[in-house]
Amino acid sequence: MELVVDNKVLEFVADFKKQDTESKVRKQALDALNGMDFPTTRVEDWKYTRVAKYVKKKYKQVQASVNVEDYTIADLNAHQLVFVNGYYDENLSTILEDDAVSIRNIEDLDEDYYSDLLEDTEENVFSLINKAYQTGGVFIQIKKNKKANYPIHLMHILDGEEVIANARHFVLSENGSQAEIVATYHSKNSANSFTNVVLEGNIESNASLTINKFQTEAKDVLHMSNELFIQDESSNFLINTITTGGLLTRNGLNVIVEGENCHTEMNGAYLGTEKQHIDNHTIIDQLYSNCTSSESYKGVMDGKSVGVFNGKVIVRQDAQKIEAYQSNKNILLSKTASVNSKPELEIYADDVRCSHGSTIGELDQEAIFYLRTRGVSVASAKQLLVSGFIGDVLNKVKNEALRANIDQLFLNDFGWKF
Amino acid sequence: MLTIKNLHASVEEGAEILKGLNLEVKAGEVHAIMGPNGSGKSTLASVLAGKDGYEVTEGSVDFEGIDLLDLDAEDRAKEGLFLAFQYPVEIPGVSNVNFLRTAMNEIREYRKEDKLSAKEFLAKVKVASNLVELDDKLASRAVNVGFSGGEKKRNEIFQMAMLEPKLAILDETDSGLDIDALRIVSEGVNKLRSKNNAIILITHYQRLLEYIKPDFVHVLNDGKIIKTGNKDLALELEEKGYDWINEEIAK
Repeated sequence: MELVVDNKVLEFVADFKKQDTESKVRKQALDALNGMDFPTTRVEDWKYTRVAKYVKKKYKQVQASVNVEDYTIADLNAHQLVFVNGYYDENLSTILEDDAVSIRNIEDLDEDYYSDLLEDTEENVFSLINKAYQTGGVFIQIKKNKKANYPIHLMHILDGEEVIANARHFVLSENGSQAEIVATYHSKNSANSFTNVVLEGNIESNASLTINKFQTEAKDVLHMSNELFIQDESSNFLINTITTGGLLTRNGLNVIVEGENCHTEMNGAYLGTEKQHIDNHTIIDQLYSNCTSSESYKGVMDGKSVGVFNGKVIVRQDAQKIEAYQSNKNILLSKTASVNSKPELEIYADDVRCSHGSTIGELDQEAIFYLRTRGVSVASAKQLLVSGFIGDVLNKVKNEALRANIDQLFLNDFGWKF
Repeated sequence: MLTIKNLHASVEEGAEILKGLNLEVKAGEVHAIMGPNGSGKSTLASVLAGKDGYEVTEGSVDFEGIDLLDLDAEDRAKEGLFLAFQYPVEIPGVSNVNFLRTAMNEIREYRKEDKLSAKEFLAKVKVASNLVELDDKLASRAVNVGFSGGEKKRNEIFQMAMLEPKLAILDETDSGLDIDALRIVSEGVNKLRSKNNAIILITHYQRLLEYIKPDFVHVLNDGKIIKTGNKDLALELEEKGYDWINEEIAK
């Protein structure tokens, strides 16, 4: 009997390799996919981001070899973990001697612990596809009360056309540990390829984790990322998301704060040109009292690019004395660029300090004229204003080697100096 | 240095504001332009500096042998024109020294001069900020953001000192200044005076002219200079207002 597949998701994954492991996580994800469909713009969360034409296409899971020198960051001095098309490449990777860090295959993550931790969290069709068909990824453990001796660089490279990269990572920051993760995304000759990444983690009590994400894929790829972090009591989490690449990018970032005295900081800078579509969706879910969070996303959109920001802060009923600040500011450099910004606060507690704000504007013409009267050309004046606008977000990246790399890219690609 | 002949200018698609203005400024001179509100003083400053939104319908402006009106705003600055703003603009995220370095390098490139070294630049910043008693920290902070009214005006003169223009137009630089700040700003301007440069002071008040002594005082009314005199004219205006001039002309 021939089975007629009438489900777009099952059609999409039909050619993906089934892994013959006993993984409960894979099995659950596979089962869940059965009843799923891709989101349409009728779904509020996907109102401004249309994926239909991308998910109609077929993608292949294939390994490739790359010249890693093209993507290394000078002087980063990090554990370098390389993923090409979602496959871990051991030969290109370098794990340094570090008694504070353990780096293993994602398959080594305890599934009962994982299922327990993520119970009741929401999945979407892309995170499920990733978890069902992931081809590689790492389980990073930062040991109790230790500080990682080196940053951990997760380097993702798309190589080849119509490829899908399903890398899945998990970071366990144990009690009192400290670490920094640098996640970069690159592509080469990879028209119509698709990065579908999952990065999750648990930041235990008194631990501190910083993630710097820098996405510079070419403007002909699709990038979906699902990031979920759970913070325990008195932990610190900082994530900076810098996006200049991708034809369509959706950064989904959820942080669930499951303990008191936590601090969460999310910063984002996105720069769109041509027909790029860059969507940042964030959620901070405050469940306990005495926590603080701050969120600042800034966008500079040129050409016919489209920006989307949807940031939600939820303060649950028992979460008193929460201070949560959120801001999204945008500058449109052309008449044809646009931004849809939706800051949201959902507050069920009564003793909180929260604020949110959103602006979309153009470069200040008065400021441009002022600078011109001092002898600065129009182009330089615009560059100064854009740098001044977005610079404070970039300043959140304290890693000097990465910052130098970002500055160099901005200079090469946009002619912007900082 | 500057020769304005029969200058007519209007707001784009709007009323004519300058209606045949003539002015001759020579090197080493200080000219004060006074006049009632709405007489066209700030429009004159804007048109000379090259601000968008104004249309010159007639007349000419010659600056050191160059047709000033033919130049973009930045090139006017590169040729040696400077405008101190009545309302200096706040520019978040852009520091004074950062944009001045860009400006000075672009000016030097335009004039085919060598780039300023970091050391030379910083030495200039020090001298210029001392000149107007501007705190070093303000020089490296975002342009005018969080500056008091007095600090903003001192910052304008600081920039003038950095850029060393041939012709500086100070548009109501005295407005909003207390006595001490007025003294500091004026002393700064006086130190920058030389036989090679010239200054046009646009002001409402004679007070400024006690500190910066003008060679000529012009009265601008309804888009034209209707009377020119020496610094005593400013005193007379302070005492009698502007109406008597119109009456005198009517006679």
